Amino acid sequence: MHSKTDTRLMQGNEACAEGAIAAGMRFFAGYPITPSTEIAEELAALLPKVGGKFLQMEDEIASISAVIGASLTGAKSMTATSGPGFSLKQESIGFAAIAEIPCVIVNVMRAGPSTGVPTAPSQADVMQARWGTHGDHPVVVLCPTSVAETYTLIVEAFNISERWRIPVIFLMDEVIAHMREKVTIPDSSQLRIVDRARPTCKPEDYLPFDADAGDGVVPPMADFGTGYRYHLTGLTHDKTGFPTGKRPEVDTLIRRLYSKMDKAKQEVTFVDEVLIEDADVAVFAYGITARAGAKAVRDARAEGISAGLVRTKTLWPFPDEHVERIASTVRAIVVPEMNMGQLVHEVERASKGKTKVVSLTRVDAEPISPDEILSALKEV
Amino acid sequence: MAKPITYYLRKDKMPHIWCEGCGHGIVLGAVLRAIDSLELDKNNVCVVSGIGCASRAPGYLDFDTLHTTHGRALAFATGIKMMKPKLNVIVLAGDGDLAAIGGNHLIHAARRNINLTTVCFNNSIYGMTSGQYSPMTPTGKMATTAPYGHIEEPFDLCDLVFAAGASFVGRGATYHARPLSRLIAKAISTDGFAFVEAISQCPTYFGRRNKMRNALAMLDWQKEHAVTTKAASKLSPEELADKFVIGELGTRTRPEYTKRYEDIIAAAAKETDDNV
Amino acid sequence: MYKEIRLSGTGGQGLILAGLILAEAAGVYDGHEVIQTQSYGPEARGGASRAEVIISDNVIDFPKVTSPDIVLVMSQQACDRYGSQVKQGGIILVDDTNVSSLPTIEGASVVTLPITEIARHDVGRQVVANVVALGALVGVTDIATPKAMEQAILSRVPKGTEELNMKAFNVGLERGREARAKHETP
Repeated sequence: MHSKTDTRLMQGNEACAEGAIAAGMRFFAGYPITPSTEIAEELAALLPKVGGKFLQMEDEIASISAVIGASLTGAKSMTATSGPGFSLKQESIGFAAIAEIPCVIVNVMRAGPSTGVPTAPSQADVMQARWGTHGDHPVVVLCPTSVAETYTLIVEAFNISERWRIPVIFLMDEVIAHMREKVTIPDSSQLRIVDRARPTCKPEDYLPFDADAGDGVVPPMADFGTGYRYHLTGLTHDKTGFPTGKRPEVDTLIRRLYSKMDKAKQEVTFVDEVLIEDADVAVFAYGITARAGAKAVRDARAEGISAGLVRTKTLWPFPDEHVERIASTVRAIVVPEMNMGQLVHEVERASKGKTKVVSLTRVDAEPISPDEILSALKEV
Repeated sequence: MAKPITYYLRKDKMPHIWCEGCGHGIVLGAVLRAIDSLELDKNNVCVVSGIGCASRAPGYLDFDTLHTTHGRALAFATGIKMMKPKLNVIVLAGDGDLAAIGGNHLIHAARRNINLTTVCFNNSIYGMTSGQYSPMTPTGKMATTAPYGHIEEPFDLCDLVFAAGASFVGRGATYHARPLSRLIAKAISTDGFAFVEAISQCPTYFGRRNKMRNALAMLDWQKEHAVTTKAASKLSPEELADKFVIGELGTRTRPEYTKRYEDIIAAAAKETDDNV
Repeated sequence: MYKEIRLSGTGGQGLILAGLILAEAAGVYDGHEVIQTQSYGPEARGGASRAEVIISDNVIDFPKVTSPDIVLVMSQQACDRYGSQVKQGGIILVDDTNVSSLPTIEGASVVTLPITEIARHDVGRQVVANVVALGALVGVTDIATPKAMEQAILSRVPKGTEELNMKAFNVGLERGREARAKHETP
């Protein structure tokens, strides 16, 4: 922490690290990878100061695995990586989903596939963030658009992960991760912090995967080492936590896990609408591209075009309702993305043919500029 | 033994999945006898496994138990141990799990010297997937993926783990179940990374293909080829060539990782104080 | 006010730290809105390096510099690439220790100072050329107040080097003001 004042110049990765600590994160395991490394460096210094633990593991898979293990003891836990490392972590993310172990995975997107352009931005991991691990599974994906928002949104990432016992993917892009902005750190009393529900029953009565003991969707979770002595497995399991291959039980489990996406939706959907009420055309964007979108909309208005911006911080579950409502009032939605067109398909689906959806793509490892979006707004 | 072995078992999870003649039950019994001999509180034991026949063991045990992904048990266990150092964290996993897909985690856990106890159920084969060769399959043996005989040489896992920095390594065998149990007890008592290779038998997928028709034949093989460290010290390398050595194979005193991390916390606290 | 500033040179010259100091001075201490971004290659030393700062009185939507008002070039490569990309009426500050072929651009002022040479001889350490450059930049453009720059420098440079860096800044500031005076009264 460089200054004692509350307002500081902060890098996105720094805000991610400090926001996580503010959320109560006390265990981080990671592996060096550009452009996420500053998160690890920051936490190596900060975590021990708050009694937390930092580990640089031998590889990306070990990192996510250690994070899940630490979470089982009750500690809020996180890892951070970028494209290649995110690919490597996928199997264990699936484990966290089926065993319902809260954890936050930060992926600072860089240009890919494979090694790609390690130091340049991209938004091409949007689909992987949703569907990277195999099998039907729930996962929430958040994406900040500024440094200040990185700080507060990572807190929400932990809240969601704890509340719903699901892995939360925090998708940043290289620009947001590396840029510095003036941030006024919220006082800790202003932050809403959520902790997982823990069982109140006697250990002998504990059924670790009985959702009815909770709210019908999320079962309370005991910390390892507190006498509940229960079993966790990546196999499909019944309420007791032990493996089952019985078809109705498998069905019940997968449907319950998956239903978290719907049940959590309202609570985890963060969408900003800017100048949408009277808009004739809209930009739908996220991350760094939403910043270009904001400028493009401002410039368009100056030129007499009634443009508006939908800036979503929640990519998954996809904000269908917002898009459908806006689709029924605007002539067209422009979807700029630093990929070959990923979330645009969701916009099309959610629009239900009520408006024209235009994809604007850029894959040369440079951010989409406001002018490109402005041109698209003029053309539609 | 103060308590019956069933005290540590989830009896309602029986019968187990292991084949008749499988050595894994003997290894598991040795683990439980070790825990019992140390009088560990059940609430302070956490058993972690990966994927494979051996990795089904935790499900039968009345502790906090975690059946993870293939090869990663030690990484999960590292997270648990870091955040709850008071827990006795024991990793039970097979030779394919630990030495192949999880090999990197094995050497690095040893290098860190984190206080985990690892018991490798070494049956020289991938049993769960029906008999493919593992990093511990001896040269010349048959496996479904070595239909013309295996051409690779196995690891000496104890040498490997000791060279990587473990505080304790030893080897036992299912034929020698009591010494195996004592070895595991020493491993658990070690303040640092401790590794026990337990030679086990898989009559179904290894024995049958390699001229050992049943578990008895395989146990006979163990009996004939096991040499204690004491006996081994009197034998030439040629005489030891087709033998395996059992007993404590390496001990050393090194700072333990979770305790070392306390130094980091102290240093960080000092820096914070200095800046105030 | 809305100003885009680009600092360009090679990796190892400390331009990203320079951008950070400028942004902190203008943002935290002068109270403007700021964004600092950067672009760099795989080389820790020797590759192209670029730091950019936007200083504004209003919320800054897009963080990347698109049409800079002020450009600092500290290598020939940077000069060739960015020397001509400046807004009409803008200023290019060239470290002519490292740049022999000057940018030719109409409608913008080119100011030259031997920044690296000044660091080496007048301050005594080449490594502080980035802070000499900041001083010169402020001297030529008034982009931040010297007081804010001092606070930012002291908060960001390694402990034990404060004096050296402040000397570097002040020498640069003075040379920048001289150059500006000379430039404005030809």
